[in-house]
Amino acid sequence: MASYSGGKSNGGEGSSHQELHVLAVDDSLVDRKVITSLLRKSKYRVTAVDSGKRALELLDTEPNVNMIITDYSMPEMTGYELLKKVKESSELCQIPVVIMSSENVPTRINRCLEEGAEDFLLKPVQLSDVSRLCNRVLR
Amino acid sequence: MDVSMLQRTYTDLLTSLFREGILNQQFIELQQLQDENNPGFVNEVVSLFFEDAGRLITELISNFNQQAVDYKKVDAYVHQLKGSSASIGAEKIRSVCQTFREYYDKNDIQGCYNCIQPLKQEFMTFKSKLEALFALEQQIVAAGGSIPMMRH
Repeated sequence: MASYSGGKSNGGEGSSHQELHVLAVDDSLVDRKVITSLLRKSKYRVTAVDSGKRALELLDTEPNVNMIITDYSMPEMTGYELLKKVKESSELCQIPVVIMSSENVPTRINRCLEEGAEDFLLKPVQLSDVSRLCNRVLR
Repeated sequence: MDVSMLQRTYTDLLTSLFREGILNQQFIELQQLQDENNPGFVNEVVSLFFEDAGRLITELISNFNQQAVDYKKVDAYVHQLKGSSASIGAEKIRSVCQTFREYYDKNDIQGCYNCIQPLKQEFMTFKSKLEALFALEQQIVAAGGSIPMMRH
């Protein structure tokens, strides 16, 4: 197995399951704690931030993010806006982005999927959602 | 009190919380996230909720006491509270938030207003019951027992 030394691999060959890094974005402290625990239980390394702005700052300095999971409704920058910025960036556009929302709004879901979101999860997110998602998105 | 008595009291309390609709399945999801790598998870996240929800409800009540109520702001607070209560399985709180938002969508101010007291009441009930639950957990562990898991 190739050693993981902060190289540019995006969860590809050589990286073990445990070393995959997920960036979670949610303005709710309670939800951040829940999503972090869900992801860690599924054996991912997690960084949780409270806004799209902080997410972009982190992505600027930390290249090894294998997936972004973000809440949709956040003040200042919505999850949709964050998704757009990620997909518009040549450095970041390969990173899969998943949107979470407590509201089941089909137009919202379609808009996110059309913009390149990998998946759209309804909150409250459960362990089964995370394992299904990560199996598909982070092989 | 011996361990099995404590465990029985704990199970009875937890069962009643589900039966009364104070907790829902999401709470069990949280319990499943608690393990040796994350031993205090449920207590921690519920404690965060106590602070978060307490703050939101205080803001809500204070906003409703203004001369000119900013309903958009109030709805935003309720939206946040609905989200966090759903995340931890606080079903009754979530449900009252849902009702509030339905009234808000219909511009039914009186309906909105009528939700505030129940919201506060449900939160206080939730807080005292969960605090009792956590106190029992501590007693069980101190007596050398393990906390019974609910299976749904």
